[in-house]
Amino acid sequence: MPKTRVLVQILALALVFFAGYAALFIAPDERTMHEIQRIFYFHLGCWTAMFAALTLAFAANIGWLLQRKPHWDWLGVSSIEVGVVCCTAGLLTGILWGKPAWGIWWTWDARLTTCFVLWLLYVSYLILRGLIEEPGRRATLSAVFGIFAFLDAPLVYASNRLWRTQHPAPVLFGGPNSGLDPIMVRVLMISMLAMVIVMGMMLIERYRLERLRSELDELRVAYQTRSVRESSARSPAPRS
Amino acid sequence: MTTARAAALVLAKELRLEFRTRELLNATIVFALVVVVLFSFSFDPTSAESRRLGPGLLWIAFLFSGSLMLHPSFGREQVNQTLDALRMAPISSFAVLLGKMLANFLFLSAAELVLVPVFAVLYNVSLEAVVGRLALVIALGTVGLSVTGTVFSAIAAHARMRELLLPLLLLPILTPLLIAAVEATASLLALPPTLDRAWLAFLLGFDIVFLTASWLLSDFLLEE
Repeated sequence: MPKTRVLVQILALALVFFAGYAALFIAPDERTMHEIQRIFYFHLGCWTAMFAALTLAFAANIGWLLQRKPHWDWLGVSSIEVGVVCCTAGLLTGILWGKPAWGIWWTWDARLTTCFVLWLLYVSYLILRGLIEEPGRRATLSAVFGIFAFLDAPLVYASNRLWRTQHPAPVLFGGPNSGLDPIMVRVLMISMLAMVIVMGMMLIERYRLERLRSELDELRVAYQTRSVRESSARSPAPRS
Repeated sequence: MTTARAAALVLAKELRLEFRTRELLNATIVFALVVVVLFSFSFDPTSAESRRLGPGLLWIAFLFSGSLMLHPSFGREQVNQTLDALRMAPISSFAVLLGKMLANFLFLSAAELVLVPVFAVLYNVSLEAVVGRLALVIALGTVGLSVTGTVFSAIAAHARMRELLLPLLLLPILTPLLIAAVEATASLLALPPTLDRAWLAFLLGFDIVFLTASWLLSDFLLEE
């Protein structure tokens, strides 16, 4: 492992620990929810990381369709897989927070429903990939599906928003009287950055894994073709 | 050959194929009826409840039967590798897709044409006053269903377990369509009936977004 990568990973780890410390001890107490509200920093961090990952996946899907370079496909599947992990973490922290704050685990609110549908969409993307054998076709068809899924996300949100909503209004950039304490904002920014960096680190590892897997597949195919050729050369020629 | 003409030829081929056996249409209609009947057992609705639950039931029946009947659209081409012939034809791939979308739209509409009156009778919901507006809502919803369904049928056709995969891919994508169509239908079944234009516009928007996307991506869907 190159030294710079080790250094970057150590720094990222330090930032994650600092973000956790800041969320638990530095951020001021929230007026109505008190300690429970501290999950907020991690919760929003997960969603930021998910949106970053899925946007990257959308770009990678388009990149594959336009250029047909395998690295776009590796990036696409890696970022969707990491995005699904972030989405799962976001949903779970939301459920944990919802019970004490709202009195219920789950509600069919616009943002909750959207994220759940997104989770279903991208999990079915991963299932789809597992069910197509031929690598080139798998990359193309899953890229098309990924683009459809990404286009669907704003529609899911808009339809649910029109329908009903219970989740609190956006606290950032949400107009007057919606602001956070300045220290809370700073802690939030650090947590979001930390989660995006964690996501990025997972993404890099997953990308390397996908590249290795694809190279292994190529080697395996090459080995099989060669062994078939050799065995046919060794066997006696059919007499006419 | 223009795209419209090529699409019309593909449509004619799909219709000819279907009306030789009518197996797809018959199975779809009966399946949708089964859903409607099973629903009455699980909820035992009164007339007032039917007005409230009816739109959801109707659209769930449409979506389920659509997600099952759309698979043969490309799955049928796999059996004798006829998709290769379509690929080799000197027409744009969007024409193939469009022809199949139109055919699926007609098949689904035919099934809905049977299902809606049956629903009205079985659940005591009178639809005479809103027939035209209801047809508009159903048509817009069916366009969205056939557009996305045909695209995903082309995707699923190359995968293993494709019959199971298609509903899995299709139904989550259709959640915005389901909400909009159910709400628009509910506004028509309410007393007094009014058509919620916001949801109608939403359905139209859904159709436009995904029709444009499939036009842009059609070459990738059909490539060898």
